[in-house]
Amino acid sequence: MSLIYPTKSLEAFPNHLSPGYRSTIKRSPSKPLIVIPHTLSELTGPVYGHNAIEENDNDLTKMHRGEPLGERIIVHGYVLDEDKRPVPEALVEIWQANACGRYVHIVDQHPAPLDPNFTGAGRTLTDKNGYYKFITIKPGAYPWGNHPNAWRPNHIHFSLFGHSFLSRLVTQMYFPGDYLLPFDPIFNSVPDEKARNRMIASFDLDNTVPEWALCFRFDIVLRGRESTPMEEGAH
Amino acid sequence: MSELTPSQTVGPFYAYGLTPKGRAHWDPDGTYSWKETVGDNLVTPDASGEKIHILGVIRDGDGVPIPDAMLEIWQADAQGRYAHPRDPRAPNASFKGFGRSACDKNGEFGFDTIKPGPVSGPDGKQQAPHVVVCIFSRGMLRQIYTRMYFPDEPANATDPILALVPAERRHTLIATKEKDGVYRFDIRVQGDDETVFFEI
Repeated sequence: MSLIYPTKSLEAFPNHLSPGYRSTIKRSPSKPLIVIPHTLSELTGPVYGHNAIEENDNDLTKMHRGEPLGERIIVHGYVLDEDKRPVPEALVEIWQANACGRYVHIVDQHPAPLDPNFTGAGRTLTDKNGYYKFITIKPGAYPWGNHPNAWRPNHIHFSLFGHSFLSRLVTQMYFPGDYLLPFDPIFNSVPDEKARNRMIASFDLDNTVPEWALCFRFDIVLRGRESTPMEEGAH
Repeated sequence: MSELTPSQTVGPFYAYGLTPKGRAHWDPDGTYSWKETVGDNLVTPDASGEKIHILGVIRDGDGVPIPDAMLEIWQADAQGRYAHPRDPRAPNASFKGFGRSACDKNGEFGFDTIKPGPVSGPDGKQQAPHVVVCIFSRGMLRQIYTRMYFPDEPANATDPILALVPAERRHTLIATKEKDGVYRFDIRVQGDDETVFFEI
């Protein structure tokens, strides 16, 4: 399989500088990026196998003696390339705040309780169909110092590896109907509304498990498509 | 055709998920723990070549170290082979060529690895030995890519990627040798001496 990585697809990404998110002001390149051809160095990337993960690494509710507090949820979906083909054996790593919106990281000192039964990190590999699944609890919203009365919407951080180092993606999954989304400069750093909404999971009643857990579906599209472009208008 | 899921920042708290055993001390009391998948030591017992240490400090537009940045590196082995199906000369060692380092409170990162060999480039030209570097941080909504080259490497003069970089900025891509086997690669995200970043 030979993939290409059209840079035009990157128009879906935020700009490096997005002044509404203040930390970008001093942490974004100010000189033009230099366009280079995709050589073997860019077209290859780390490959992971099943030795990279262990059973239950994808269940964030089972990593301590007791069960974490909060709303138990299932997050699942497919990792795809730009031609909607599955990306098998993709390493997917997640991390998130607990149900109260507190991270276990020492730097997070806002006044919400830690949960001794919840670290908030997990990982898995997609199967041959590009499918992944996590069991976790719904993360809480939390305040941050970007502007007065700033709150991050509920979100789960995702880190993914695809077919090459070019398809590497770090993103955040948001929840449908979150009233904080219109006010969040990180979510809104993505200029295109349709692209922005691709970061919002959908509520999945069909896969919600009765008496046990709500389910959310989050499909992720990574860079990379077949080297022979489809004809205009073809589907 | 489908459209990409946009990138978002890694944020300030990635360490317990992505670099749990790294130099960012996210859990000084040892209450929580998490296993590491990718670390900052790439060296495997069966990998041949020169063992090297890469270190550096990453700084923002004010020259202030960035304590919550994360770097990933991707490189060929000492024979210039990538551990990936697209490289027909896939290595026979377990050397993967991929590493991840958190920064410490002083914005310093570090990797133990093997010096890569030259790899093939566009139009049959060889590329000088280099390491692809990918940077993530709070305040970066998408990763930024650069490359680290080695000093005193005659092949730099004919490297097809370095040739695309204005001569006066090329030095930002070339590490300095601190002593035998130790290379310093400081990164300036923004400003007068800004490191060259690539649009790929």
